[in-house]
Amino acid sequence: MYAVIALIVGVAVGLLVHPTVPEWLAPYLPIAVVAALDAVFGGLRAKLDNIFDAKVFVVSFVANVLVAGFIVFLGDQLGVGTQLSTAVVVVLGIRIFGNAAAIRRHIFKA
Amino acid sequence: MTDVPAEPDPKPPARSRWSGSGAHLLIAALCALLGFAVVLQVQRTAAGDTLAAARPDDLVQILDELQRREDDLNSEIAGLQESLGRLQRSGESSEEALAEARRQSAVLGILTGTVPATGPGVSITIADPDGRVPPEVLLDAIQELRNAGAEAFQVGPVRIGVDSAFTGSGGAVVLDGQALTAPYTITAVGDPPTLAAALAIPGGVLDTVRRAGGTMEVTQSDSVSVNALRQPREPLYARPAP
Repeated sequence: MYAVIALIVGVAVGLLVHPTVPEWLAPYLPIAVVAALDAVFGGLRAKLDNIFDAKVFVVSFVANVLVAGFIVFLGDQLGVGTQLSTAVVVVLGIRIFGNAAAIRRHIFKA
Repeated sequence: MTDVPAEPDPKPPARSRWSGSGAHLLIAALCALLGFAVVLQVQRTAAGDTLAAARPDDLVQILDELQRREDDLNSEIAGLQESLGRLQRSGESSEEALAEARRQSAVLGILTGTVPATGPGVSITIADPDGRVPPEVLLDAIQELRNAGAEAFQVGPVRIGVDSAFTGSGGAVVLDGQALTAPYTITAVGDPPTLAAALAIPGGVLDTVRRAGGTMEVTQSDSVSVNALRQPREPLYARPAP
């Protein structure tokens, strides 16, 4: 529950403060957001499965974001940044859908 | 990228270390960060400032496309301007040619008698009570007028053209196949005093008419009109040389 409240607080802070994204971060921000969403959905699913572990969540969150950012960075260096970004988003999207399906089965039993 | 469900239950001591309020705070911070980042990204996308964050490759591609498009449009502009200039030139030249042709047609029409003419001139009445004025006198009168610079004539109802001919005999003058009856009236467009003086020179037309027993009256006018028309004759043999 506190995680949801924190999420809302983060959104509110983002809406109130209008920060500018630093130039070097701009290409990685959308990928990082998607990676973090994947981690959050995974954590939510683990919570519903009663196997939630704070350490695993934190590590997977940070690792997801870093790895996704690194892949995009690597893609940019190799000249295939656009394609690799798409690949990362597709993979993370599939995982989010899988986790969402598991969450849905828990909540609706269907 | 190990995920949550993949890890069933790690070692209990590690778990106890990670289950305090510190872990809760950490998770909350991460969630807040996520919400913050989501809002940030959404705002950035909504602001449409995507070019600023686009990759160099994409920028190059966009730039290439824009330049290609610019080139296309430029060449289209050049083509259209060229055709506009061509149309304007042809319009001007055809307009000039038309005006020149009109001018020439008016000049030739007056000369050949296919168009009516008006202007300053004289009207001459030659009375012939005895019926003794021969066609030569009228011819002399026309030639005298032409020498004096007259530009358009008509005798009675007949316009004088380049191929006019007086025939017949005294008292029965025929002009271009049409019989004339006295008194003969000649209308000529030209400088009135010059024309009148040309007719009155000693031994000229006036004397000849008098000798034939006729009288001649010359009226100068600022505006006489030569209304009679000739049919233009198609040349039988002559063709314009190229």
